[in-house]
Amino acid sequence: MSLDYRRYLDETALPLMWCPGCGDGTILKALLEAFASLGLERERVVVVTGIGCWGKADDYIRTNAIHGTHGRALAVATGVKAYRPDLTVVALMGDGDCATIGGNHFIHAARRNIGITAVVSNNLNYGMTGGQFSGTTPAGSKTSTSPYGHAEDGFDLCRLADAAGANFVARTTAYHYRQMVRLIKEALLEPGFAMVEVASPCPTYYGRLNRQGSAREMWRSLKDRARSVGEEGGEARTGVAPGQRPDEEPRSKPADVIVTGVLVRRTRPDFAARYSDVCRRAMKEGGGEAQLDAR
Amino acid sequence: MQGNEAVLEGALAAGARFYAGYPITPSSEIAELASRRLPALGGVFIQMEDEIGSMAALVGASLAGAKAFTATSGPGFSLMQENIGLAVMLETPCVVIDVMRSGPSTGLATKPAQADVMQARWGTHGDHPAVALVPASVSECFWLTVAAFNLAERMRTPVFVLSDEILGHMRERAELPDADEVEVWERPRPSGDPEGYHPYRPGPDGVPPLASFGGPYVFHATSSMHDERGVSANDAATAGATIARLEAKVENLRHLLPSPEVVRSGPWSEVSGGDRSGGRVGAGKRSRGPARVLLVAFGSSARSARQVMLDHTDMDLTLFRPRTLWPFPEDELRALVHDHDVVVVVEMNRGQLVREVERVVGGGRPVVSAAKSDGEIITPGEIWDSLVEPVSGGISREPGLSPLP
Repeated sequence: MSLDYRRYLDETALPLMWCPGCGDGTILKALLEAFASLGLERERVVVVTGIGCWGKADDYIRTNAIHGTHGRALAVATGVKAYRPDLTVVALMGDGDCATIGGNHFIHAARRNIGITAVVSNNLNYGMTGGQFSGTTPAGSKTSTSPYGHAEDGFDLCRLADAAGANFVARTTAYHYRQMVRLIKEALLEPGFAMVEVASPCPTYYGRLNRQGSAREMWRSLKDRARSVGEEGGEARTGVAPGQRPDEEPRSKPADVIVTGVLVRRTRPDFAARYSDVCRRAMKEGGGEAQLDAR
Repeated sequence: MQGNEAVLEGALAAGARFYAGYPITPSSEIAELASRRLPALGGVFIQMEDEIGSMAALVGASLAGAKAFTATSGPGFSLMQENIGLAVMLETPCVVIDVMRSGPSTGLATKPAQADVMQARWGTHGDHPAVALVPASVSECFWLTVAAFNLAERMRTPVFVLSDEILGHMRERAELPDADEVEVWERPRPSGDPEGYHPYRPGPDGVPPLASFGGPYVFHATSSMHDERGVSANDAATAGATIARLEAKVENLRHLLPSPEVVRSGPWSEVSGGDRSGGRVGAGKRSRGPARVLLVAFGSSARSARQVMLDHTDMDLTLFRPRTLWPFPEDELRALVHDHDVVVVVEMNRGQLVREVERVVGGGRPVVSAAKSDGEIITPGEIWDSLVEPVSGGISREPGLSPLP
């Protein structure tokens, strides 16, 4: 591990605002280390965040950045990437941003296969607003808005990204730092849409309300529950959500296994490649001037 | 040529190279034409998953250096309000064309209205400036779209063009200029050491220079309250100054806004202002006659109001037609009020602009609302009726207005 990541870190903004035991600081470091190991120029990176705990990550990042509105990080990032496909565009979202209020933008960014790297910190609840349930909260979970147990199932984000057509889908946990750096690096190199889901502990709310023990125990649990599918990708499928056993009924209750690694790898042409074909055809056909005059 | 086509031509002439939108009647022709024209110009057309995402994409593309725009109608304009606020806060130039239709909700999807007057002013939450231009002809659809881009760039703020279903789909003769005849403004750009660049440090008129992503200037833009560096800041002094500056920069540049057209009827008539130059408030001759009526009307309603003047040339009628609705041209209106007996505000809604006119007139003259909201155009006959009998078709705020001869 080199210290090169610090040139992307705004040390004047330290200390980090996240709670002790949160995974976000570790994910931030992994992201910046991935930048460093790829030698990305700060001028050529645009980080877009939404709202929430992980949505504050841009405060510590010295690349170009937009801190936008809740759930819209991918839509803002789409504007940047569509106009400047040569830039590296990264969207940082929590499970609220990505899977809940911004779910529509998420599936369409994946379908469009636009070259954005989404790094999703999934802690199964809304930390910033006090631990309410989100679109990934497993059924039965207690949160500050499901005090008797959650009546709904949560999304499996990787399956969702896969079904929507993302070229690269991977999962890791905040504990698995080296795997996380490796997966984010690979995602950054993917021309199409890439998503890395990071299972991350929220000891302040989700962990406390669901009696998952101390922060240390939650981190230990991430380590113990992770099962890597290997890095070959191809036809591998995700199977299970972060809080779910592979053999149980779909998404019924919080459980043990977190399947990690590269879960989907495709070579579908990305939006920029397809759109430049559109431009070539338009130029060949005279840009619609003829049709316009005929109206 | 159609109004919606003229809007698209205006956008291209102003240098627009990014369109993100979602189809909606009666604005869809603008998206269709953008999808046909932009790719050949090396520009980007992207149809987003909804209007929320469309507006968000404009913000991203504009910060990456694009002149960016979208077109919609009332229901989509509602969805855009969230990220219109983002564009205001990030001081991102962009243009939103709202081809107004009758609401509320889905309402009368194919029928006209002018009921987004207040949505354009106050649709997004928080204190914020609003700039809205209102064309009344196909030719003005072109020129005011050019002006909208120029103002958005110059002021670093979103600018609206409020068209309506009538204008959008109406065909009339419009002569478009050659490209070199169109004056195009660019956003203020930073110079000097990239390390010293502060994306929210205001220039002399309150507008900070704006870099583009991918160039030498690395910058941070946040929807949270921020200081000059674009770094989150919660203190009251920074917040108060930032919120005040967002409005002040528009006020400082008010002289750049398209001015109202003033038309006087009768043998003493004087027409001031053309589509291209922007009108000047003329000091027409003092008139004779029993009641001197000042008609205030914008957009397609102003065409009906103009027809009233043509039909009744013996009457002392003056038309005050704002080309800029927000900020409202209050000094120009105030200058006219004193030599009129009554002010009549014509609009296709239940009476929105009339409240602003009442505020400006300030009780010195009676203000009558000739308002109509049923999805049909307000006709010259109905405007006339509202003059002679205030209760017919409009909401009367002055029931004692005596009939005109």
